[in-house]
Amino acid sequence: MERVMMKGNEALAEGAIRAGCRYFFGYPITPQNEIPEYMARRMPEVGGVFLQAESEVSAINMVYGAGGAGARVLTSSSSPGISLKQEGISYLAGAQVPCVIVNVARGGPGLGGLNPSQADYFQATKGGGHGDYRLLVYAPGNAQEMVDLIGLAFDKAEAYRNPVMILTDAIMGQMMEPVVLPPLRTVAPDQPWATTGKRGRSKPNIINSLGLVGEDLERINRELQAKYARMAASEVRYEADGVEEADLVVVAYGTTSRVARSAIARLRQEKKKVGLLRPITLWPFPQQILAELATAGKRFLVVEMSAGQLVEDVILGVNDREKVAFFGKLNGTVPTVREVYDRIRSLLSEGGEG
Amino acid sequence: MVTHEIICAGFGGQGVMLIGQLLAYGGMIEGKEVTWFPSYGPEMRGGTANCSVVISAQPIGSPVVAEPDGLIAMNGPSLVRFKGAVKPGGVIVYNSSLVAEAPELQGVRICAVPANELARELGNDKIGNMVVLGAFLGLTKAVTVASIEAALQQVLPARRHHLIPLNSAALRKGLSLVEG
Repeated sequence: MERVMMKGNEALAEGAIRAGCRYFFGYPITPQNEIPEYMARRMPEVGGVFLQAESEVSAINMVYGAGGAGARVLTSSSSPGISLKQEGISYLAGAQVPCVIVNVARGGPGLGGLNPSQADYFQATKGGGHGDYRLLVYAPGNAQEMVDLIGLAFDKAEAYRNPVMILTDAIMGQMMEPVVLPPLRTVAPDQPWATTGKRGRSKPNIINSLGLVGEDLERINRELQAKYARMAASEVRYEADGVEEADLVVVAYGTTSRVARSAIARLRQEKKKVGLLRPITLWPFPQQILAELATAGKRFLVVEMSAGQLVEDVILGVNDREKVAFFGKLNGTVPTVREVYDRIRSLLSEGGEG
Repeated sequence: MVTHEIICAGFGGQGVMLIGQLLAYGGMIEGKEVTWFPSYGPEMRGGTANCSVVISAQPIGSPVVAEPDGLIAMNGPSLVRFKGAVKPGGVIVYNSSLVAEAPELQGVRICAVPANELARELGNDKIGNMVVLGAFLGLTKAVTVASIEAALQQVLPARRHHLIPLNSAALRKGLSLVEG
């Protein structure tokens, strides 16, 4: 298979095209600008639409329109821009419109900075917009997963009629790595629920998130919760590397999982038993494996570029706060391999295994 | 095979991002795992630029290189900023046309290349980065010169392919400096 070198952002864009996405609506912001730049060139080549909207709010509502017509549609932005899209995301979730949203996260809150960050974890996994809704959230760990997971994201968005988010960060977006691209798929925008005219049906399809009458809203929410339960039961993905024999399991996703992997490789050369659990879906979260590892007596270290967001889900899974240590970076810098290495070493020696 | 962790740094416009990409493409052409990560963001023309390159037979963890075993420094500020981070046993190749004083470091091999003068001799002021890269390849064997030449075909747009022979000449000039 031919390997080609791509930036993570470009890999996401080409991966979307290969998965049959033919509509992109967005608004520029660093560090995701390679996605719209790539789409502006590439979409016309495949007969698709690239449109730079006048704002993020406009772009997400264009996504609502195209998704409602059954098309595979993508928008991308970075943290402050994703905040602007939250109303639209809530509506998309409420109306059960499939789409894919990419967040190449940067530091916040507010305008923040351009450096990588994982501080949008809560926003991505716990809501962000109003109401009781869930997104399926994928966190790629390399450029190949950018390609593979965005393809999967479109399939799952349609299968569940639900928005899917790719949560990544500036390093993953800017970094170049070799990827193997899948063949180009063409997917007809032909969904039985889509609002594309009655075409001989007696009743029109309606896409709406309004539930004013009687107990409509409770029924809608029960349906949504049943769907989220199905997603939680079937869609958990993670990578477990050496966790069974480990004394300490590092939990990290995306960029920090890469740093952790380098630190773990050094420690293994010193015969230390350290494993890596890398959630690939951030929602649904791999609670079950954490519970099993906790029962087996493991301790855990969560490494993330935030004040502590992922760590809350890890504590829920482990169900024992004492077993979970935390190492976070706040200032938009990436933890170094040495910092993570040192932290693991000191945890191992506290536990008497150093 | 060892893992090569490399930082390429210099002024914007000196082609440091390009030589970093060539190293990464060259590694990919050799069937290795590679990453290339640029400094990005509010950069300014004439400011400093740098990129991290990792080349390995194993899957690569962190793409951000903090402790390189190879440093290419195309100007003085880059040498000052990164030289202290180079691991013992590592290699520094720097552009001595723009650095007055040779750095002194224990346990690190240091190679001065008068890149600007050699580029002028080759007939193109912009080719100094390739001379330095040639010397770096000779000392580190990170990838072969032939792989970099193959990478040029992929990295340069077609309209620049007439410059590949000049790039090759510059690479081999750099290589000749260290292969006594």
